[in-house]
Amino acid sequence: MASVTFDHVYKRFGDVIAVNDLNIQIEDKEFLVLVGPSGCGKTTALRCLAGLEEISDGRILIGDQVVNDVAPKDRDIAMVFQSYALYPHMSVYDNMAFGLKLRKTPKTEIDNRVKKAADILGIGHLLDRKPRQLSGGQRQRVAVGRAIVREPKVFLFDEPLSNLDAKLRVETRANISKLHQQLQTTFIYVTHDQTEAMTMASRIAVINKGLLQQIDTPQTLYDRPDNLFVAGFIGSPAMNFFPAKMNKSDGKLFVDGGTLHIEIPDDRMTIFAPFEGKDVIFGIRPEDIHNPQFAPPGIDAQPVEAIVDVTELMGNEIFVYLKSGEHSFVARVDPRSRYHFDEKVQMVFNMDNMHIFDRETEKAIR
Amino acid sequence: MENSMGDKSKGNGGVGTWLLTNLGRILISLVVPIGLFVILWQGFMFLRDSNAPQLVLVLVAIVWGVGGVAALFWVTNWLVEKMPKEWTRRIQPFVFVGPAIAIIAWFLFIPVIRTLILSFQNDISNAWVGFANYIFAFTDRVMLDAFRNNLLWLVFGTFFSVSLGLVIAVLADRSRYETVYKVLIFLPMAISFVGAGVIWKFIYAYQGLGVGIQEIGLLNGIVVAMGGTAQPWLTQAPWNNFLLIIIMVWLQTGFAMVIISSAVKGIPAELLEAARVDGASEFKIFFSIIIPSISGTLITVTTTIVIFSLKLFDVVYVMTGGNFGTNVIANEFYLQRFTYGNAGRASAIAIVLLIATLPVMIYNLRQFNERRAF
Repeated sequence: MASVTFDHVYKRFGDVIAVNDLNIQIEDKEFLVLVGPSGCGKTTALRCLAGLEEISDGRILIGDQVVNDVAPKDRDIAMVFQSYALYPHMSVYDNMAFGLKLRKTPKTEIDNRVKKAADILGIGHLLDRKPRQLSGGQRQRVAVGRAIVREPKVFLFDEPLSNLDAKLRVETRANISKLHQQLQTTFIYVTHDQTEAMTMASRIAVINKGLLQQIDTPQTLYDRPDNLFVAGFIGSPAMNFFPAKMNKSDGKLFVDGGTLHIEIPDDRMTIFAPFEGKDVIFGIRPEDIHNPQFAPPGIDAQPVEAIVDVTELMGNEIFVYLKSGEHSFVARVDPRSRYHFDEKVQMVFNMDNMHIFDRETEKAIR
Repeated sequence: MENSMGDKSKGNGGVGTWLLTNLGRILISLVVPIGLFVILWQGFMFLRDSNAPQLVLVLVAIVWGVGGVAALFWVTNWLVEKMPKEWTRRIQPFVFVGPAIAIIAWFLFIPVIRTLILSFQNDISNAWVGFANYIFAFTDRVMLDAFRNNLLWLVFGTFFSVSLGLVIAVLADRSRYETVYKVLIFLPMAISFVGAGVIWKFIYAYQGLGVGIQEIGLLNGIVVAMGGTAQPWLTQAPWNNFLLIIIMVWLQTGFAMVIISSAVKGIPAELLEAARVDGASEFKIFFSIIIPSISGTLITVTTTIVIFSLKLFDVVYVMTGGNFGTNVIANEFYLQRFTYGNAGRASAIAIVLLIATLPVMIYNLRQFNERRAF
């Protein structure tokens, strides 16, 4: 059990900066998820922490110890790899015991720990098998088991679910969350899947192009994204963006963009007043666009006209793909709604949950 | 129903037609192969007896050879497909495998059997001598020396070739100049054994004692430069055996390295990283992860070199001719057959050599069949 600190960490590969001035303070027993598109540097950051890559600059601390020059084996970490990386010539038992044997753990102790981990993961009946005799899900659990038996200070997961099918992924997601509660250890988890991040993390660090975009709890990231990238990355379907201009007329502020003409609520005028005449991006999540018939009462609703392009019935909700002038956007509406192709409809935007970004800096204005 | 009715009515009216078509078929299936055979035979005769210019002969040979084989397969396959379905299914594989088996039988099985027969006969193969040749093979002092030397070749030659190949493959894999190192190590593979013999003869060269004699050998050059006296390296038993083995190691390490290197590259990087995180040192990773992961390849390479060292002939023949206690089985076989003209003894030695390599071959084949991807 230990905290982990990235202190101005850089990792360069030649001219490419994979990790750019990364600063993260991870608390003990925290479940931190590093999320971002592929190639954003999240895996590199994790590998730097594991000691598999040397960092170009900065410091990495585990607990109070700077580990820049500490070999992976002496960092007291365990890692679950994307491909699981089970030793193919060893049985499941030996795969799990390998790390302990190397540390000269007494035999009975090894036996106890392996059995205990196997029980937690439900792989007790597989201990004599070779990896090639296991299914993908079983291999994944063995890989987790190999990490558990080591009882490390920090667990590292590198996209451990990406090789599983959709159903198993949901199941395993829950199991890893449960495991975190059981083990009460620091978990650092890398994924490109924002759903995994949202469902498991106690905090999420969103990374893009090597730069940390925002780090906060899942709910805060969702409700108050700091910038355009985080807003677009977190949430599915993604937030709708409308390039627009902030205009003032008759003492009121409007977001103007082609067919879009939305009034800024009076109570927030002061925030946006300095941006009058500037280019902005108006953002609203699909679930904040309602069918007026079923809109929740008491919201600050702004009407918008649009034409229905495609509808996707999900059972509990309907995704409606709409067009309005040059804008196209998605609404997530009540399943009782009925929409038809090419129909002209009126939707309402819930202005309480709108987002406005400075188009130049892409930062949220609030 | 309608169909069978139609057939019946046709059958009633055309027993003669039926007979005719089938006779025609049989005739065709006889004429076509015979025709093909005649064409092939004519081609052969033309190639044998013709005085045509070389270039024409070569062209005819290529067309006749390649086309002939293709035509042979095509016609036999065509014939087999004329048979009832059940028979086609059974016979068809043999149509394609058959010629290869026939050729192997002719060039491999029959010579082995002939050698076996010869090994029980006297030097000019006109009387039976029982096991006398084998008693010679296992008791004669020359043969015992050869056995001992072959054992040295087998143990040390194989061990050093494989282990050096392995170490270089693993080290080169982590080096920036991998290609350069590998080319240098692999280069000797391109040299024939006789060529290598000539090169190493210069390295081990010894001019003898005498006034004004200049040593030209590299090894003696080094020894003299360091203040030693020149040695006749190749005549000093038993060390000369090791000097010869070095030549084979020089030639075979490249082979071992190339094969092992491709196996080493097949090990996923994450596997080594997992071991590193698990706490394994690089030595531990080498012995516990890398070697088990490529064990199949290691066995194949080892057995190949074992068989090779059992059959070794050229190096010894070129360097010492088997003198000075460096004789090996294959060289003794050569001497018996072509120098002493003793077909019986030579055949017995050949059979002994064959029996010695058989277990290795069988093990190798079995490994090959059992090999599974992880």
